[in-house]
Amino acid sequence: MSEQPAAARPIRRRVITEEVNEGPVRARAFVCEAASCMSSQAHDVMLRLGEATADAGLTDVVVKRVGCLGLCVAGPLVEIPETGQLFSGVTPDGVGDIVEALKAVKETDERQPQGPFFEKQLRVATENMGRVDPESLEDYIERGGYEALRTVLSDMTSTEVREVITQSGLRGRGGAGYPTGLKWTTVAKAEGKQKYVICNADEGDPGAFMDRSVLESDPFRVLEGMAIAAFAVHATEGYIYCRAEYPLAVARLRSAIRAAQRAGLLGSNIADTSFTFDVQIRLGAGAFVCGEETALIQSVEGKRGTPRPRPPYPAVSGLFGCPTLINNVESFASVPTILRKGADWYSSIGIGKSRGTKVFALAGRIVNTGLVEVPMGMTLREIIFDIGGGIPNGRPFKAVQTGGPSGGCIPAEHLDTPVSYETLIELGSFMGSGGMIVMDDTSCMVDVARYFMDFCRDESCGKCVPCRVGTTQLWMLLDKICSGQADMVDLAQLERLAGVVRRMSLCGLGQGAPNPIFSTLRYFRDEYLAHIVDKRCPAGVCEIEQPAEVMA
Amino acid sequence: MPALYTKPAPPSDDKRWKIVETRMRRMGDRPAALIEALHAAQEAFGFLDEPALHYVGDTLGVPHSRVYGVATFYSFFTLKPQGEHTCVVCTGTACYINGAKDIMVGLEKRFGLKPKQTTGDGKVSLLTARCLGACSLAPAVVVDGEARGKVSAGDLIAQLEAM
Repeated sequence: MSEQPAAARPIRRRVITEEVNEGPVRARAFVCEAASCMSSQAHDVMLRLGEATADAGLTDVVVKRVGCLGLCVAGPLVEIPETGQLFSGVTPDGVGDIVEALKAVKETDERQPQGPFFEKQLRVATENMGRVDPESLEDYIERGGYEALRTVLSDMTSTEVREVITQSGLRGRGGAGYPTGLKWTTVAKAEGKQKYVICNADEGDPGAFMDRSVLESDPFRVLEGMAIAAFAVHATEGYIYCRAEYPLAVARLRSAIRAAQRAGLLGSNIADTSFTFDVQIRLGAGAFVCGEETALIQSVEGKRGTPRPRPPYPAVSGLFGCPTLINNVESFASVPTILRKGADWYSSIGIGKSRGTKVFALAGRIVNTGLVEVPMGMTLREIIFDIGGGIPNGRPFKAVQTGGPSGGCIPAEHLDTPVSYETLIELGSFMGSGGMIVMDDTSCMVDVARYFMDFCRDESCGKCVPCRVGTTQLWMLLDKICSGQADMVDLAQLERLAGVVRRMSLCGLGQGAPNPIFSTLRYFRDEYLAHIVDKRCPAGVCEIEQPAEVMA
Repeated sequence: MPALYTKPAPPSDDKRWKIVETRMRRMGDRPAALIEALHAAQEAFGFLDEPALHYVGDTLGVPHSRVYGVATFYSFFTLKPQGEHTCVVCTGTACYINGAKDIMVGLEKRFGLKPKQTTGDGKVSLLTARCLGACSLAPAVVVDGEARGKVSAGDLIAQLEAM
């Protein structure tokens, strides 16, 4: 991996001023060291802050590395949890203010509200993010980590565990929303001596970075969730299939696996019981289709990542032909909290058949780019305008794209829809893994559809014809529309072919590929017509017969 | 009696082959280790040439055709040597609507570079990434391993010209 981002370098030791401290800790400074802040010198900030506090003689202060604080747009971030003060855009030379603030912290100080971005969230899968050092098992245990696994192993049967998950109403957070409890039960009941648990960390949707943040900020939680799942379905081996594009996440996972093994929380005889479970990491190699479960299994087996028809489902015949449980990172990350706080607590959150919380990555034309976790049923308006802070530069909101290349664009008139698996499908979109890309009036919806089709035609694995040929033909039609050379016959052909690709493709990639076309046609047909009939692009993105401007 | 199967020798006595060999051995030299082995070889040598593909295939008992199939299926693997410097432009959705397209157009105009190409003098290779997950930095690029956010085509061209 020669082209790793800066964040990928081996993680240097954290500065712990605790080592020189004798007395109790009066104040702490949490420095965000997730990939986004790391690429803006967060590590140097932490080192300098450690030096600065030592120079100032603050012996009762701790400077700690933590995972993602969520508000990625304002990185590097430093938080003083005692007062709730948040410093954004900190530079290594600008740590003076933080030192002054640390000096001023008194024991009587109370944590102040940090504004709607933080206060409106409800954190379950991300509850430890920005709170624990991602590589410190002690930190994780201090925050209640591994309590759930210990309880499960000592006091519960595997049936009881599956019962709790079923009752909690947790559904697959990778996008399709298959009930997790049902999946676990199917794998548990499947015949087979050897069973596997796979964590799908191949977060391929462009614009989605929830799984990356969870893995970088709280890797032990995912390992604990996997171990509980393995106990519930009687598996002894697990794999985490992670994108090679996430070197920091991989490094932290490796370190977490080693730490858990040393502490007897992974490997044989976990927590002094007879339960045995070990985890290995498999690196992806840049194939979007490997997020599809049967393709992912092929890839773990060292083959080309091509999907195969289902059934048999992986729950019956998966990795190496054995029953295999595949869940997404966020699903596993929710499991320990559900077991600790109970199924009733989790199922009391949410709306309709979508229970619990969902992590979203806000990106695009939005003020607060970052990571949020909200209860299901919150409206898009609350997420984008209250939490996300709206559109920068006072521009008008045009659409929000959810669900990645298989999702759709939701226009302003549906902003008050509560978010759940069902409502998003009704709107012609898709929950997907949780990326939300906000667009303002500078985005051309036909161009956006063309962008996603370009993505799908490039990522199509080539196994089935409707997807391999269909996506290319759809892209050519969209390109023709964008360049102002299309007529109404082309539009009719586009719609017909999109239907064929949706119905005939083998896997989710092809079936979902026409979704961006359908949803933009549904809500923004006038833009297609403007390109075709008036030969103009309302957003001014597409280049139509204006060679003079092209040169500019 | 001669052994039915002997492990093939590495293509050269370059020490880096040891890394590849160890990685494969740790996974029991089984066919399932193919992708991990290719990762190891690419990490060690920067790209995968024919001897590397043959060696990995022979060790794991995977036909050469399948090794080639896997190496070309995944976009992370490259069969050509890279330039002295690499420039990865993120083309994820957030970067796209924030101007990644302008960067690509700018680079093509200035250097005649398209994705997966290297300049004639072997100085700079241009790659694209589907999404770096650094959407808050959009548009993001990674130049020689250093991630940079909110870049403009002009800045990036100036940086690459200076190298």
